[in-house]
Amino acid sequence: MAFDSLSAFIAMEGHGPYVWTCYAVFVIFLAGLMIGSARRNRAVLEACKRGIEQQGSTTGTRPKAAATFTRVDVSQH
Amino acid sequence: MWQFFHKLGSPKWFYGIANRFMPWFLWGGLILLGAGLVWGLAFAPKDYLQGNSYRIIFIHVPAAFLAQSVYLMMASAALVTLVWRMKLADVFVKAIAPVGLILTFLSLFTGAVWGKPTWGTWWVWDARLTSMLILLFLYGGVIALDKAINDEKSAARAVAVLVLVGVVNIPIIKYSVDWWNTLHQPATFKLTEKPSMPMEMWVPLLLSVLGLYLLFGWLACIRMKTEILTRERRTRWVRELVLAGRK
Amino acid sequence: MNADARPGLRPIDSAVGSARAMASVFARDVRVAFRQRQDLLNPLLFFVMVVTLFPLGVSPEVAFLKQSGAGILWVAALLSVLLSLDHLFRHDFDDGTLEQLVLQPQPLFLLVLAKTVAHWVLTGLPLVLLAPVLGLMVHLDGNSIAILCLTLLIGTPVLSLIGAIGAALTLGLRSAGVLLSLLIIPLYIPVLIFGTGTVAAAAEGAPVAGYVALMGAFLVLALTLAPFAAAAALRISLSNS
Repeated sequence: MAFDSLSAFIAMEGHGPYVWTCYAVFVIFLAGLMIGSARRNRAVLEACKRGIEQQGSTTGTRPKAAATFTRVDVSQH
Repeated sequence: MWQFFHKLGSPKWFYGIANRFMPWFLWGGLILLGAGLVWGLAFAPKDYLQGNSYRIIFIHVPAAFLAQSVYLMMASAALVTLVWRMKLADVFVKAIAPVGLILTFLSLFTGAVWGKPTWGTWWVWDARLTSMLILLFLYGGVIALDKAINDEKSAARAVAVLVLVGVVNIPIIKYSVDWWNTLHQPATFKLTEKPSMPMEMWVPLLLSVLGLYLLFGWLACIRMKTEILTRERRTRWVRELVLAGRK
Repeated sequence: MNADARPGLRPIDSAVGSARAMASVFARDVRVAFRQRQDLLNPLLFFVMVVTLFPLGVSPEVAFLKQSGAGILWVAALLSVLLSLDHLFRHDFDDGTLEQLVLQPQPLFLLVLAKTVAHWVLTGLPLVLLAPVLGLMVHLDGNSIAILCLTLLIGTPVLSLIGAIGAALTLGLRSAGVLLSLLIIPLYIPVLIFGTGTVAAAAEGAPVAGYVALMGAFLVLALTLAPFAAAAALRISLSNS
């Protein structure tokens, strides 16, 4: 350990605020970027899922047009 | 060998590969970076010139290093986009440009805050910080241009041209800023005294740099996955993937 | 029937040579610009006004202006060129001439070079000619003014060439003007640094030949590379619209 006690570690002989601010900003931005990217990924996956399910449900409930044959009398006079 | 390149062009193949590598990138990166930072903060001896403020180096140097590497990676990918029209290359550029921007910002911020106890001011127009600031502008321009063009293919190619023009300029910018700095500043401290670093200092630095690289790998993978999903959402393999509940 | 009997028709395989094509593009741009003379005056007025802002906003003291004058003039010239880049391609893009230009058999990068040279002659060169007057207003001495004009003479073509890339990339986009500035200003910084640095060196009595040669190298680099990048960017922008 380079420091004698926890309070010395935090104070860093007066340079504490600078060092800790930098580390805090670094961790916050990096974690934010990583978490944000992961969340966006999940959001896109969910949106895809919802889109596919919606499409699936609409194509399922659309009634299939039945083929009909009507006899047409054609006279061959 | 050509088959590898052929596969490399396939978003679906990349998606699978990314999924395999991501846990390694994530955990390897967190462990190495964590170890490097803890070592650097608590166990490395204090610098005889700068005292404890030099400990910022363990986050400043990885961020700066990566910020510059990422631009070079973007430039290589831009070349691939323009010459071989490979889809993945421009997915890569679009995914990592914001990461590069944030890394550049972090290196500027940590550099500035480091400057306060070292030089007594929050900002100093020294060569390195000024070059980093210009790099920030270059990243900003790439992201702005990408957002401004609606058509995906044109945006990819326009961004590729811009990135390549930027990369040609980077050595010119560095050289000019260095020259400008010697004109206007007295001899300044160099922020990284790498040659004279004892082992207890550069080993944690190395761990931090490697760790951040791995985390960058994870970030690139997940952001590229997101972009691929968005672009290929109408294809069968994406539909099957999503319906199976897989990631 | 021989070709002489129908003087208006030429055989298809005698396409116009590149040099003649460049000359005609250049001449056309200059002619069109003179029909809208306001577009030529605006950058010059802008140049003068920006220079005026500094004594007004900072300090009119002779000492300050002597020290900062070269830098002020250079920054103002840079901003004026930036402002004028908009109509390098825009007018031709709007009326369809640009598409015709891209379809020509001559290499596009040469035609782009011709347009850029025309742009410089219409914008950058007048700035260089106006600079001595403004140099007197900021109390620069004769030697400094001469070196300043020399750096502007070499530097403004570089600004036009690099600017052409940005103009081509942002053609037809929303808020193209601001976006163009964002993209191009980082690339302008080395030219600015050396332009003003050369004048500063001259003011201290140091030999400037090396710095002028370096700026010349920038110019050569820009002349050889920028038209290609701008041509590529033009094709991309046109395929987009």
